[in-house]
Amino acid sequence: MSILIDQNTKVIVQGITGRDGSFHAKQMLEYGTKVVGGVTPGKGGQNVETIPVFNSVKEAKEATGANAAVIYVPAKFAKDAILEDIASGINLIICITEGIPVIDMVEVKKALNASSCRLIGPNCPGLISPGKSKIGIMPGHIHKQGSIGVVSRSGTLTYEVVYNLSVNNMGQSTCVGLGGDPIIGTRFVDILQMFQEDPDTKGIVMVGEIGGGDEQLAADFIQRNVTKPVVSFIAGRTAPVGKRMGHAGAIISSGESTAEAKIQILRDAGVTVIDFPDEIPQALAKRL
Amino acid sequence: MKIHEYQARDLFAQFEIPVAQGGVAQTSGEALEIARKLGFPVVIKAQVLVGGRGKAGGVKVVSQEAELVSEFNRIKALTIKGYTVDLILVAKAIDIQKEYYVAVTIDNIKGDVVIIISAEGGVEIEETAKTNPEKILKFYLQGEKTLDERRWALVAAQIFPDTRLQKSATSIIAKLVKLFFEKDCSLAEINPFAINGEGNLIAADAKVIIDDNALYRQEKVSQLRDLKYDDADELEAKDKGLSFVKLEGNVGCIVNGAGLAMGTMDAVNLLGGTPANFLDVGGSSNPEKVLNALKIILRNPDIKVILINIFGGITRCDDIATGILKALNQIKMPVPLVIRLTGTNEAIAKEMLAKAGLTTYSSMRQAVTEAVKLTK
Repeated sequence: MSILIDQNTKVIVQGITGRDGSFHAKQMLEYGTKVVGGVTPGKGGQNVETIPVFNSVKEAKEATGANAAVIYVPAKFAKDAILEDIASGINLIICITEGIPVIDMVEVKKALNASSCRLIGPNCPGLISPGKSKIGIMPGHIHKQGSIGVVSRSGTLTYEVVYNLSVNNMGQSTCVGLGGDPIIGTRFVDILQMFQEDPDTKGIVMVGEIGGGDEQLAADFIQRNVTKPVVSFIAGRTAPVGKRMGHAGAIISSGESTAEAKIQILRDAGVTVIDFPDEIPQALAKRL
Repeated sequence: MKIHEYQARDLFAQFEIPVAQGGVAQTSGEALEIARKLGFPVVIKAQVLVGGRGKAGGVKVVSQEAELVSEFNRIKALTIKGYTVDLILVAKAIDIQKEYYVAVTIDNIKGDVVIIISAEGGVEIEETAKTNPEKILKFYLQGEKTLDERRWALVAAQIFPDTRLQKSATSIIAKLVKLFFEKDCSLAEINPFAINGEGNLIAADAKVIIDDNALYRQEKVSQLRDLKYDDADELEAKDKGLSFVKLEGNVGCIVNGAGLAMGTMDAVNLLGGTPANFLDVGGSSNPEKVLNALKIILRNPDIKVILINIFGGITRCDDIATGILKALNQIKMPVPLVIRLTGTNEAIAKEMLAKAGLTTYSSMRQAVTEAVKLTK
């Protein structure tokens, strides 16, 4: 098993005719993901590879029975793209787009709260259940099917972690990239709970970074609810205070958001926190 | 993006939030002219985008002309947290009877806009937050873009002593909320939110931070940026789609993704080196970005080695390789390059670089170890 997506997940790609959208639609298709359609307003009726393009999410959903959508549209249009998915009842929305104004995300969050849809991202790499389905931009070939759940706020740092797991023969049940923005649809706690409940996930890797208070909430949740071993890496120990490191989320504004503070809180909650991403497989092996 | 107090006051005035009359001066002559119009006493305040200016002596109430000139010149000569003072705000002094605190900001975890308010404002608000958190109230807008005055009334009643002040505060805060949304703020703060000698509420300071992601649709506000506060290289990097922060070390880093870029800096440090910078080439990178990144990094005379650490996802390794080869054609590389490429189109990229005689690594630890070794 896996969480959130599997071989039966049917995906539509919003922004499929753009450079990133078309490239990654092909990559997903090659990986084996059921990419059933694409959406670009005004370009309905065309095809990208074998994938039919529709003018709206509603049309695409009716024609294909899609239950997930992935968004590659520019930041200016991303809010409307997400709202269109929510209005069309797409259960799982993955937003890759970065640079969305935070006020737009407040509006999205309100619509999400009033619906049963789940959003992953924005500004995220997406998610993958190896061997079954990948929705996003991660390179498929570094993953391996198995029983480690990976959840991360970062993109490329997650690949680094996954790569180290796979070369050490530790496959993954599902890997989820939550995204680096201040407001995101799904947070550590949501995914930790799913991994805890997933019978095929035996161990969990959590990749955090400086800024915000999510790792602290995760530590509290782990202490109370997670019985599976958790290994963590926190990026940003060398980041200077008060400087924005690319992610809007990755900024240290107060003492509690530093890497050192987060590492301590996680250790106190029974999490094994390592210093270098390639130390994760060994640390996990010890606890499995 | 932070803006100066005098600029934030202008925004307040546009939204009819009461502020003390005043103007901004570059010279003591200009300051005098403003003060004569206002009438003494006036307060003069250094315009810097860093906190703690009051404690640094950058704020002073003056009651006559000679004092104004001498204090103006004293403040003008200050360096506050490394920044010189270019402009000084001259405003009518407020006879503050009581200080409140109010701010509109985002609660990331709730994904909602929140009003933070306290009857104990002033410079000690952060101290209050630590020692008496119960004295700070939070009011969530619950996804709305305006202040729900009926729901808010309960909060106002807890903070303000009488209905006149409650009403007045509600009206001002509703305007602050309007400003917050219309100008795409991430923070709009009044501290102190003061009661003046006439018993009326007034913004005795103004702090506004604009969401960088929204600057594309805030043309007017974008022009308020004070370029002095951005490192020239950092600004140029931003202009070229790179995210760059200069640090003190000697290992130049070019990485894709903020998380991996931070992770790479940490790794350099852990393995005995010192990172010279944070540089994220971003996703979907075109070859030009690598060329620009190398140019910016090489301006730093401390650099002893450049470490390129790419884990391809939306970034394709072959795009990075094309950029590296292009750069080598255009720039004479004064320091060694250590290249690590893994992920999307890795094989093509490695073949391209191998043909040009460049060694690449697949393991981050190996590459970082090699880079640190080359600095010794």
